Amino acid sequence: MTAPNTSTSALITASLRSRHAAEKRFRAYGIIAIATALVFLVVLLSSILAKGYGAFFQTQISLSIVFSQDVIDPKKTGDGQVIARANYQKLVRNALQARFPHVKKRREIKKLSALVSRGARRQLQAMVANDPSLIGATRRVWLTASGDADMFNKGAIARDIPEKTRRINDRQIAWLDALEESGALRKRFNVTFFTTGDSREPEQAGIWGAIVGSALTLVVTLILSFPLGVTAAVYLEELSVKNRWTDFLEVNINNMAAVPSIIYGLLGLAVFLNVMHLPRSAPLVGGIVLALMTFPTIIIATRAALKAVPPSIREAARGLGASPVQVVLHHVLPLAMPGILTGTIIGMSRALGESAPLLMIGMVAFIVDIPQGPFDPATVLPVQIYLWADSPERAFVEKTAAATLVLLAFLVIMNATAVILRRKFEKRW
Amino acid sequence: MSKQEAQVVGTQAPQETPRETTREAPRVNIAMPNNGQTEPAGKKPVKIRTAGVNVFYGDNQALTEVDLDIRENEVTALIGPSGCGKSTYLRCLNRMNDTIEECRVEGTVTLDGEDIYDRAVDVVHLRARIGMVFQKPNPFPKSIYDNVAYGPQIHGLVSSRDALDEVVMTSLTKAGLLNEVRDRLHEPGTGLSGGQQQRLCIARAIAVNPEVILMDEPCSALDPIATARIEELIDELRQNYTIIIVTHSMQQAARVSQRTAFFHLGVLVEFGDTERVFTSPRDERTQGYITGRFG
Repeated sequence: MTAPNTSTSALITASLRSRHAAEKRFRAYGIIAIATALVFLVVLLSSILAKGYGAFFQTQISLSIVFSQDVIDPKKTGDGQVIARANYQKLVRNALQARFPHVKKRREIKKLSALVSRGARRQLQAMVANDPSLIGATRRVWLTASGDADMFNKGAIARDIPEKTRRINDRQIAWLDALEESGALRKRFNVTFFTTGDSREPEQAGIWGAIVGSALTLVVTLILSFPLGVTAAVYLEELSVKNRWTDFLEVNINNMAAVPSIIYGLLGLAVFLNVMHLPRSAPLVGGIVLALMTFPTIIIATRAALKAVPPSIREAARGLGASPVQVVLHHVLPLAMPGILTGTIIGMSRALGESAPLLMIGMVAFIVDIPQGPFDPATVLPVQIYLWADSPERAFVEKTAAATLVLLAFLVIMNATAVILRRKFEKRW
Repeated sequence: MSKQEAQVVGTQAPQETPRETTREAPRVNIAMPNNGQTEPAGKKPVKIRTAGVNVFYGDNQALTEVDLDIRENEVTALIGPSGCGKSTYLRCLNRMNDTIEECRVEGTVTLDGEDIYDRAVDVVHLRARIGMVFQKPNPFPKSIYDNVAYGPQIHGLVSSRDALDEVVMTSLTKAGLLNEVRDRLHEPGTGLSGGQQQRLCIARAIAVNPEVILMDEPCSALDPIATARIEELIDELRQNYTIIIVTHSMQQAARVSQRTAFFHLGVLVEFGDTERVFTSPRDERTQGYITGRFG
């Protein structure tokens, strides 16, 4: 009896060694996989952060502006219309010339003016509109620097590249140095970036238009896809009789979830724009298209959540005489809600990051105005990133990265919401 | 209720049985008839009568020609080895089998003489009249109060908050649970112990004021003390309700029931007064099962 026992034990000992080795190997694979993923994540995030960080700051130039009566309102009409239409660019040019009196040539003056953003005139116009008593006075004003000056000041344009291939020439560099020395150059938090729409001038381009566009689009998507998806899933999972027809539907819903998103864009173009003549570039159409895309995701997530509700709860309710709809509405759906919400938010964050279908329905247009409603032309965050990434100016590189950061921030917020909702509504039984 | 009729009926889908012509007029509390298998007529009227019941799961026949009469205010125990069809039979009585897709029920099941598989019968109403307690305690993940109040609320049995409070209190009292949960009515029912949960489920069932309570192995997940508590409760409830209990424990059947039905391989083998079935079984299969030779 002892002989077979010792031999069994020896066999087990021998096999244990290889089992332990296999276990260690598997652990090592897991750690390597996670480490690789983390490294890529860190590289990605740090490169975006490094590139985009600068866009949250803006170079400003301090000039002593003479709000000359002759330029703003020579006839002293005091008429708001006249004051609004005045040549504020001239005020900027005059101030610059006063700061650098030895600059005389037309071409030189033009180069000098190019240091200040063309948006500066709107800034001065607003100042005067707010306070007409400024006319005739002289004030030191911090004006937004042009994109090139901004890039140079942030060090994105190096001094040592040859002047011919540089966006900013030696004279301009000398002027900026002089301004810097006299304390007339500063970097401030870039409010413009978060409050304006797109612009051809990088220093005036902002992300707000795209944020509003994304929000409007997602609202339309949510309103359409959530109730439809949940109702469809509840019907399929809880109420319908399982037969060949529902099997066929199930296969097709799963296929729908796998359809490349650009196909939905083509569908939107063909049906909503060409047949139904809905407005082009509008969040309404974008929302409908993304809703079609999100719909199967929500159905699948909802069905999984419904399946996870223990059948004993259904039996208990049914045994008490609850009708099928009461069973679903009173018991099954509330218990499945955390899962449904998580699935919905994940579907929504996918929709938020989607650009291809929106290109098809014209949301890729250059839109300066902030959209006021779902019918206004708009663009969305990922498309804005795409547009900026396509722009040649050096200053748009950091805008692209900054917009990516904003998009990532929204995605993180949405996913965190999903986790919190899940924690909050989860019930144990 | 002849076999012939059951077979005529049996060829059709259960919901479409046109037995208006052959069926006796619905009678309430009819006297106990003699249909061969049962014992000589008792004093209590018949509550539920099943005749020629066949149940199929797809091509599998789970029950064959079951004729069984359940008397009012008695506890009827259904015993038999696993897979003998006793739970299936129980679930026919409140049509819980309806939700299983490939399940088909043939034959007649009458409650107070009314065919429960008739098209005119609303299954929601039926289940309010025939309550059910399940094998595993399954309180809703809501408060103790809400668990008991749910039935009366969905059926609109109470019109005011006070009336609802009263129904909840009465039901909890009847289920012998009130003293233990009085101070935590608004805490989740899932936080109770297994035995308490099962009594909560019983309270939930009787809150709707059913006429019959079906119990599907209500003590199989409980310890002996909780089991004893439930058995006591069953005995008390017998005064007001007709109870049908499926059990694996022969002792339990002997303790709580007045009449016992023994099922084997989908056939009702023997049915009679509990004492008689346990002391002098007529069928050798029954004898073999209750003496522990198989099952």
